[in-house]
Formats: sequence, C-alpha cells, structure tokens
Amino acid sequence: MEGVEFRHVSYGLAGRPAILDDISLTVGAAQTLVLVGSSGAGKTTVLKLVNRLLLPADGEVRVQGRDTRDWDPIRLRRSVGYVIQEVGLFPHLSVAGNIALVPRLERWPGDQIDARVRQLLELIGLEPDSYASRWPDELSGGQRQRVGVARALAADPPVLLMDEPFGALDPITRRQLQREFRRIQARVEKCVILVTHDMAEALALGDRIGVMEGGRLIWVGTPQQIVESDDARVRALLESVLPLSRSGSA
Amino acid sequence: MKALVGFWVSHGQELATLVAEHVLLVVISTTAAVAIGVPLAIFATRRPRLAAPLVGVANIVQTIPSLAMFGFLLPIPLIGGVGARAALTVLVLYGLLPIVRSTIVGITSIDESIRLAGVAMGMTPGELLRQIELPLALPSIVAGIRVAAVVAVGSATIAAAIGAGGLGQYIYRGLSMVDSTVILAGAIPAALLALIVDGGLLWLERRLAARRRTGSRRAALAVAASFALAVLAGSAVLALRAPGAIVVGSKNFTEQLILGEIVAQTIERETGLPVERRLNLGGTLICDRALLTGDIDVYVEYTGTALTAIFHQPAAKDPEAVIGTVRDLYADSGRTLLAPLGYDNTFAILVRGADARARGLRTIDDVAKIAPQWRAGFGYEFLERPDGYPGLAKTYGLMFRSPPQVMDLTLSYRALASGQVDLIAGDATAGLIKGLDLVRLEDNRRYFPPYDAVPIARASTLLRYPNVQDALEGLSGRISAGDMQEMNHAADVQHENPADIARRFLDRAR
Repeated sequence: MEGVEFRHVSYGLAGRPAILDDISLTVGAAQTLVLVGSSGAGKTTVLKLVNRLLLPADGEVRVQGRDTRDWDPIRLRRSVGYVIQEVGLFPHLSVAGNIALVPRLERWPGDQIDARVRQLLELIGLEPDSYASRWPDELSGGQRQRVGVARALAADPPVLLMDEPFGALDPITRRQLQREFRRIQARVEKCVILVTHDMAEALALGDRIGVMEGGRLIWVGTPQQIVESDDARVRALLESVLPLSRSGSA
Repeated sequence: MKALVGFWVSHGQELATLVAEHVLLVVISTTAAVAIGVPLAIFATRRPRLAAPLVGVANIVQTIPSLAMFGFLLPIPLIGGVGARAALTVLVLYGLLPIVRSTIVGITSIDESIRLAGVAMGMTPGELLRQIELPLALPSIVAGIRVAAVVAVGSATIAAAIGAGGLGQYIYRGLSMVDSTVILAGAIPAALLALIVDGGLLWLERRLAARRRTGSRRAALAVAASFALAVLAGSAVLALRAPGAIVVGSKNFTEQLILGEIVAQTIERETGLPVERRLNLGGTLICDRALLTGDIDVYVEYTGTALTAIFHQPAAKDPEAVIGTVRDLYADSGRTLLAPLGYDNTFAILVRGADARARGLRTIDDVAKIAPQWRAGFGYEFLERPDGYPGLAKTYGLMFRSPPQVMDLTLSYRALASGQVDLIAGDATAGLIKGLDLVRLEDNRRYFPPYDAVPIARASTLLRYPNVQDALEGLSGRISAGDMQEMNHAADVQHENPADIARRFLDRAR
C-alpha cells in the first residue's frame, strides 16, 4: 500500500527504557496524521524511523509498502521530504539553492530545476523574483519555515515529515502558515506526518490525530472523534486548548 | 640604508632568484600540507577518537626546532638529505598542524541541524562533505592555511642551511661574513613576503567568511587561485636554473664561500659543465652527509678537521701522514681526496702588531715569558677542542694573568685590536689579521695539527666526469695562505662579493 505504516514498532537503546513501545499506525497516501504529545513522548523518533535515520529495534516500518530495512537509505530519504524543527537551511546557499538541492542531487536538467523553484516559491507565497536569490539570513523566521517546506517538497516526494514546522513562530504567523499548509496539502496530496505539541494545531491540520505519551500511541482518531473522546488523558490535553478550538470552528 | 639599496641593486638578478626560490618553497610546501592535512582532518572528524592524538602528534612536530628536524632528516633517503627536498619535508610537517586543526574546527563547528538536514534530504556522505561541510568550513580552513604559509615563509629562511636556497641564503651569508647589510638584504624581503602572504590570505578569508554572495566567493577564490598560479609559474621560471651536472657545496663562513666559488668557477671554465652551487651549508656534518648521499659532488675540507671531527681519529702532527690517513678513510666511503690547495688554515696565535714590534715577538715561545702579565681571549670551541688551549698551555708552559676569557671567535679579533685582551687564537687565513694589523706568532714547537685545505669529491662523479678531476687537480698548491688571507680580507673588510673575488683570483692566477 501507499503511504506509511508502523507495525508493532519499538525503538530504544540497549539497557535503557524504551523510547517507543509497540507503535502501530497507518497513514494513507493523501492523508495528514498529526502526532501530538508533550516533549519526550517519542514524536520525533517516529519521524526518524520513517526516513531511516533510525531503524526499529522491533517491528517494522513500511514506506510505500516496503520495509525501511529493504530501502536504500539514500533513495528512501530522497522520496521522503523532511521539514526539521530548526529548519536547517544551508547558510551558504541562496533560497533557490536550498530549494533546488534534492533536484540537483537527482541531476534534474537545469531549466526544469528553475521552473520547479519558481513553482514552489509561488506555492509557499514568496514572490520568486524577489526571493529566489536571497540568503537565508535575510529572511524572517516565518519565511525561513516556508522555504524549509518548499525544500522538502522540491523533488515531489510522496511522503512528507514535518517536525514542529511552525513551532518557533508568533501566533499570528503560525495561524497564517497553518492555513497555507492546508491549502498546499489540498493541492499536493501527500502522505504527511506532522509533529506538534500544540493540540490546537493538531485539530486544525490533521485528518487524523495520534496522541503520544511516554513512547506509546495512546489514542488515534479524527479531530471530531478526539473532541468527543471521554478518555481522561485526551480530555486533559484538550482542556488546555478547547476554548481556542471552539473559537476556531465557530 | 644606502648600502642596503646598493646591495639590492647590484644583486638584482640573484635577489629575484632567491625570492622566487623562497616563494616556491612556501607555495609547494603549503599546497602539499593542504593536500595531506585536509583529508587527514576530515578523516579525524569521522573518527573522533583519532582527532586528539592526531592534533597531539602534529603539535609535537611543531615544537621540534627546524634545525634539529633538518638534522634528523639528513640520513633519510628520498625525503631527507640536503637541498630543497628535505626543506620541503620539514616545511610540510610544520604546515600540517595549523591546517589539520583549523579544518577539524571548521567541520565540527557546523550546526548539527544543518548536517541533519543534509542527511535527511538523502545526501551521501561524499555529497554532504563536498556540498555542505567543506564550503561551510572553508573560511576556517583558509585561516589555517594562512598560519601555515606564514610559518613556512619564516622556516624557509632556515632551509638555506641545507642548501635549499631562498632568502635565508643572504641571512646566512651575512651572518658568516658578519655583514649586517647582507643579513638585512635577506631578512627584509622575507619579512615583506610574510606580510604579503598574511594580508592576502586574510583578505581571502574575510571574503569567504562574508558568505553573502556566492558570486563574490567564487570571484575571490578565482582571484586567489589565479594569483597563486601566476606567482608559482613566475617563480618556477626564475628558480628553475639549468640542472647542474656538478653540485658544489661549502660550509657557512667567508673562506668557504670563496673556496666554493673558486671550485665552481674552475669546473665551469675548464670543463664547460653546468655547475650548481649549494654554498653556505650549515657546518661540517651537513657537508659531509651531503657528499655521502650525493646531494653535493664536491666541497673543500680541512685535513685536520676531517681527521678529528668527521672520522674521530686522534690528532696527528705530520701533514703528509694526516693526508694519507684521511685519503684512505674517504676512499673507504667512495670519496676521493684531491690535491691540497696549498695552504694550511690552522689556528693562529695572534697579538697586536704594535706589541710584536715593540717587544720583538716572533714565536709562541717568545710570548710565554711575558704571558703572566697578559690577558687572553679564546672562542668557545678552541677552549674545548682536544687540539685547543689545554694542550697549547701545556706545550708552551703558558700562564696568563687571569683565566682566558670566552668570546665569540669573530669578535675576538676586534677585542684584541681594541686592547680588551692581548692574545687570541684565530684562523690563520682570517682577513681581519691584515685589516686590524695583527701579527701571527710562529708555532715553533709544532703543536697544532695540519689543516690543509683540500677538495673532496664523490668518486662516482669523478669517474663519470674525469675532466672535473683534471680541472681540480689544476688548483693543486695554487692558493697560498697569503692569497687566502687577502681574499678573506676583500670579503670581510671590503665587503666584496665572494664570486667576484674568486673570479679575480682565477683570472690573475691563469
């Protein structure tokens, strides 16, 4: 099957408490799964297992129907876009250079790369003519995050991993980027796993939401189901954001 | 200052060659240090446990004084010996530390999120290195190269001691002739070179660190690279003289420089063979090694020195017997003692001319009687040598007013002339004897062993070029002690060029 599937996946270092414990989940080809939970719950580890930055200690992770152990790691990572928490734009490359990185590694023809860069800049709402040649340190935090997303989408990977992509932004910019993300996702239809500790963000972006706690996936469901859940731990997470989510849906 | 400019003007061609040699030594050694050091540092960042020991070893290498390093390398084939190759080895070793260290720092200080982004985007380790790590570490690497190159400019001056050429030649020549003009003639361009290298690479480093415009980074790199290439090509053209068929060496004092020129010019005149000069080598041991390994083909040695210092035999008195012994010892190691040049550069016991005339002093016996009222000054070596002061005092029953003063050999001539001491032991052929009106007392009891000046050549060279042997045998007995003293005087007192002095001598003697 397309998308990403975790089958009874555990991960941990020998002699230490497990970081992930028996995780099973499925994300379809055009679906967005948002993982929510406090820091240390194991959310980022889930992402790193998808693009084989880590291999599971137990169970298996399947991407595009194939076990990550059977993937060539380089090929796998070029088919999985990754937006990391700290953005990690390369300071010695321009905005265009950053976005064009994977297409260049894949040896796309030059004019095709240029066209793709323009297309992505337009997609993320940055005017290509004025932004393509800028340098990362000339951008605002929000603009950098957008370029990070564009870079991850550049080679049109079927899977996109996003680790707190809007984490370090002010609330207004964050709202705006979340809206744009929904717009983009509607157009590009990727299998997306997005990690956040913000329940409001999870409710706003997820087709489905997974709640993590202490290395376990304790609850999975649609935003509707989660709002109606009577699980005490889920309710506790919801309490903090409920007013926000209500005003959002009103 | 005027003298200095005059020197540069009259030695323009030579100065250009020496600068070119110097630049070549620096550029080649620094390039090699980069080629070795950067991969080594990259390897160390991949194996963090190796990084500390690696930097430690490089650190230790850095602390070895360069002269000692040349000494270690003398007997080692391929990378050692005498000449530019050994010099390059030393300069490369010195350059490694700053380059390795700065490369390691440059790579390890890259933000972890940037490396993670690269890996997560599916870069292979090679792509990550070439496209991310090296470009980001470049300013730091260039900073290391700058330090290495400036160190190389300094160390390369010392390389003249083993005949590698470069501006150090003037410094050593000046030191051996006690001529500060010649020292400055080499030291000032060397210092300027260091400043230029430092400034140029600092400019490059700043341009690279300002990573704003990839365009200007590329331009800066291109400017630097083409400049370096142009300098390299120019230097190569200037420094690459026709390879000499015969390499003539000499030790590092005035008389040896003149003798080296006499030998070189004699071979050039008589045989027409191209001759390469490696004059001013840093002492007896280096000349001997160089002759043994074939880095030089011929140089002039003194029989007594060969006997005691090179072959560690007890001193002997009879000149013919000493020549025989030394000839056999050289023959055992594939070297041929040619015909003695005709003078004996022994120690000379010297007094002021005025004293000698007033008191009628002719021999050392004459002075022994009045010695208890006199003060003596000797060089450190003379006080220590088995054929030096202790034996002299015993042979002649010498006793001075106070224990002899230790002083620099070259300065002792002036100390005697100005009356600070009354008797010294100098070189019999020293030019200053005439210049300062000093008188040499006769060694009437024949205490000093003979120090006949004689060219030593590699037997294999003479077999290949028999006419070289004929040419040098032609110098047999041609240089008297008076001739040598006069030539030393011309160099030390009148500051004439050793090559000109040698040319005049050969023209006249023809």
